[in-house]
Amino acid sequence: MADIVIDRVVKEFGSFRALKEVSLNARDGEFVALLGPSGCGKTTLLRIIAGLETQNSGRVVIGGRDVSELPPRKRGLAMVFQNYAVFPHMTVFENVAFGLRMQKTSEAEVKRKVGRSAALLHIESYLDRYPAKLSGGQRQRVAVARALAVEPAVLLMDEPLSNLDALLRLELRTELKAVLREAGTTTIYVTHDQTEAMGLADRIAVMYGGKIEQIGTPLEVYATPGTRFVGGFLGSPPMNFIRVACSEGAARIGNITLPCPVASSEMEIGLRAEDASLAPIGSGIGFDVRVVEPMGSHLLLTGSIDGQLTRIVVPPTAKVAAGERVGLTVDPSRLTWIDGATGRAVVRA
Amino acid sequence: MTVSASELREPAPSRGLTLPSARRLLLWTGLAVLLAWVLVPIYFVALGAFGGRLGVFRWPKSIWPTDLSLAPMLQFLAIEGVFNALINSLIAAGSTVLLSVALGAPAGYALARYTFPGQNVYRLLVLLTRAFPLAILALPLTVSFIRMGLYDTPFGVSLIHTVLALPFAVLVTQSLFMGIPREYEEAAWVFGCTRFQAFLKVVLPLALPGLAATAIFAFVISWNEVFAASILTVRERTLTAYLLKILSESPLHYRFAGGFILILPSVLFIFAIRKYLFAVWGIASK
Repeated sequence: MADIVIDRVVKEFGSFRALKEVSLNARDGEFVALLGPSGCGKTTLLRIIAGLETQNSGRVVIGGRDVSELPPRKRGLAMVFQNYAVFPHMTVFENVAFGLRMQKTSEAEVKRKVGRSAALLHIESYLDRYPAKLSGGQRQRVAVARALAVEPAVLLMDEPLSNLDALLRLELRTELKAVLREAGTTTIYVTHDQTEAMGLADRIAVMYGGKIEQIGTPLEVYATPGTRFVGGFLGSPPMNFIRVACSEGAARIGNITLPCPVASSEMEIGLRAEDASLAPIGSGIGFDVRVVEPMGSHLLLTGSIDGQLTRIVVPPTAKVAAGERVGLTVDPSRLTWIDGATGRAVVRA
Repeated sequence: MTVSASELREPAPSRGLTLPSARRLLLWTGLAVLLAWVLVPIYFVALGAFGGRLGVFRWPKSIWPTDLSLAPMLQFLAIEGVFNALINSLIAAGSTVLLSVALGAPAGYALARYTFPGQNVYRLLVLLTRAFPLAILALPLTVSFIRMGLYDTPFGVSLIHTVLALPFAVLVTQSLFMGIPREYEEAAWVFGCTRFQAFLKVVLPLALPGLAATAIFAFVISWNEVFAASILTVRERTLTAYLLKILSESPLHYRFAGGFILILPSVLFIFAIRKYLFAVWGIASK
């Protein structure tokens, strides 16, 4: 088992800076998700940890050992690829055994470890088949089994579920979490799917434009986003941002007044859709409802506050109709204050 | 053709792949003509090769095979020098295969996996070697080969044949390696392979059918090549060069037998690698 230290890693492709001095620590046994839109550098970072790309500067330290200059095979890690990369000319058994054979493990040991890994991923019944005969979900199970068979100190996963259909993704996600918890492997998991990151990770590093915007537990990142980007990227619907003007330590929004954390004229309030609730008519913040979408578990209201687009989630039983003006109450402690100029969240006193 | 023009101009109904019957007729007629163009001469050569002296001179000719036998073919092979030339041809073609795969596959791999400055120019230059007329090179080559002791050896011939086969070997293997996802190799590296081991354990097994096709391609190029082989040898002729010399003064049914032996490998080869040829030319194959 090992911890991972990524120290000011820079990667440039020609004149394009894919990674701008990224630093990240993953504790031993921790599951860290790298989450971000495509092109944010998350896969590049993972490939640098794996040794498949070479960083322009910075270090990668795994288990106290600087592996920055080592080839992938000497880094003591395993990887699961987005397109499975299960070798088509080998049976499932040989695929799972591949890493063990490269380590010159004895035949009995190979059998035992392949058997255990296959049992974890429920692929024992097709060990002697060729990958061409397997479905996408089965292939990805093989790829995970192959990675776990070598009992790696570090496991890297590059969007392992993104090629699967939604139902299978949910099933395999739950299973992955259980399997990895049991194995106690330090895992770096790249994904652009926030539900995957939220559901699986101990901590999420949200990446954008070659930088880590924020790193924290799923709840921290969700409830107290560090930047406007993080708030807008996480959550469905994304966080609402409402421009307000602060004067004399107070901000007016609708017809209520909120205490302002800092004195700045340009502030934005980050409001999660579920953090507002309907208030008795005539009180609270005025919200003009334009569209009402019943989603089953809740109603999604799209409208505006002070002319700014806002989405609010209310219980399915609420009586709201399009075109109405309703009042909203918000819990000031659950609001995120963002400096309109820098896009960074203001730390509350 | 009695297909009216208006019928042809009618847009094809959007019913999947079925063409209107007039067009289909045209298509199949065209195909039949093309096939006949290629296959009928080969068929008659085969008929002459196995029909013996009588078969060749019988008139009117029968288009159906009658009294075929292997005897004329065996007689042909028994002609003095034919067997030796056959061995020379095999040595030359074998060396050409080894050299063009050994040199062409790494070049194809490099073109497929790495980007380097001048890549496209390189790709073009590889093909341009075919544009250089061998006739201009003939005399200097002969002189150099005599100096180096390569003159009149099958190996010397195979060197020139390798030059001819290499462009195809490079381009075929390039498309071959491009078809093998890089992720397979990366997975192999992560799971403990050096670059070379990953190539041996993962890329090579997957590339083998295509490499075999490349090998056969080189074989046939060498087998059929006659100009360089005629110039660079005197006694140790390859079969093609030898036949060119002796067939002009041989009886007709020997010529057919010789012709047939020359045609056979090419036909078998093209059939075997058609899929990869289409891939090189950018035509999707089913």
